[in-house]
Amino acid sequence: MFVPGNNPGMMQDAFIYGPDSIMLDLEDSVTMAEKDTARLLVHNALKTIDYGNTEMVVRINPLNTPYGKKDIEAVVKAGVHVIRMPKTETADEVREVEAEIEKVEREIGCLGRTQIMAAIESTLGVINAYDIAVASKRMMGIALGAEDYSANLKTQRSPEGMELLLARQTIVVAARAAGIDALDTVYSNLNDMETFRKEVELIKQLGFDGKSIINPRQIEVVNEVFAPKEKDIQKSLTILAAIKEAEKRGSGVIAVNGKMVDRPVVIRAQRTIDLAIASGIIKKEDIA
Amino acid sequence: MEIKNAVAGTLESGDILIQIAPTDTSGLQIELESSVMYQFGAQIKNVITETLTALGVTDAAVKATDKGALDCTIRARVTAAAVRATGKDVWAD
Repeated sequence: MFVPGNNPGMMQDAFIYGPDSIMLDLEDSVTMAEKDTARLLVHNALKTIDYGNTEMVVRINPLNTPYGKKDIEAVVKAGVHVIRMPKTETADEVREVEAEIEKVEREIGCLGRTQIMAAIESTLGVINAYDIAVASKRMMGIALGAEDYSANLKTQRSPEGMELLLARQTIVVAARAAGIDALDTVYSNLNDMETFRKEVELIKQLGFDGKSIINPRQIEVVNEVFAPKEKDIQKSLTILAAIKEAEKRGSGVIAVNGKMVDRPVVIRAQRTIDLAIASGIIKKEDIA
Repeated sequence: MEIKNAVAGTLESGDILIQIAPTDTSGLQIELESSVMYQFGAQIKNVITETLTALGVTDAAVKATDKGALDCTIRARVTAAAVRATGKDVWAD
């Protein structure tokens, strides 16, 4: 969930709504005159507020602005989990950010702690999606930024999102090939929850791991769409229990309810259970 | 340390507005207005004093208008106002 980095009230309350991840923004939602104060607010909030298990991300300004390096220093020193790079177009940009992160991590003695997520927001970024995804071992995900991308395409966003199809599929394929997460863009019309739900259903079907949101009202819809159904959860639990049993006996291939269970089936079952845990339907400790 | 007039923060809920100005007298003169003055007035003044002292600002007139800011927000706003007042950033260039 995006939260403006210059709004202390929102920053301190955001985790109450239970998003998986909070992304404090130092880039587009902060005016140039307030970049210095937002950086300090984010630094102090990360150091002080207990966000529990929420993944903490900060969207920094690009390195080719006077703010980027200072943003990295401030958030790495505050222990951020993930730095989100805006408008990423090449693998070199990822490596430049990585070098800056490393410099700060070495200074404070926590080398390798900070992960990177790259937002792809241009046609060149889409073309280079896989190179960006594998540019660093710190890469944990790539995300589509659809507003800038649509402008770059010389079109605008439609409710059906046809103009974003190639970018979305390219990002999912690149992320899967690299073994990292694929995250979809925001939907900014808060009064049209029906179109929002359709968009979440579409991106789930395309293979995305999650969707960026701009308001707590959108959390419930995303969780509902991504949450696995009860019967799938039960089936997956049965499969995983059978596999565990088979491993104990040293047997590779098993059958559950008369159907052969091979590796892709086990991977899907594990993913269903991971999603069920993330959606709060079952608890990790409840699984035998 | 030489300082000039500087402001940081807002009057929105959960925030604090900090105004720093040079003064002829020595020490920090803190004028605080807060909706939670009776409960947290002394604590807010402590955070302002500690933050400014750590940044080397020992002589200044500070006007703080608090709208229920957490300590981390007070620290951030005071630091921002001090950086603007002294021209000395806390991050490397």
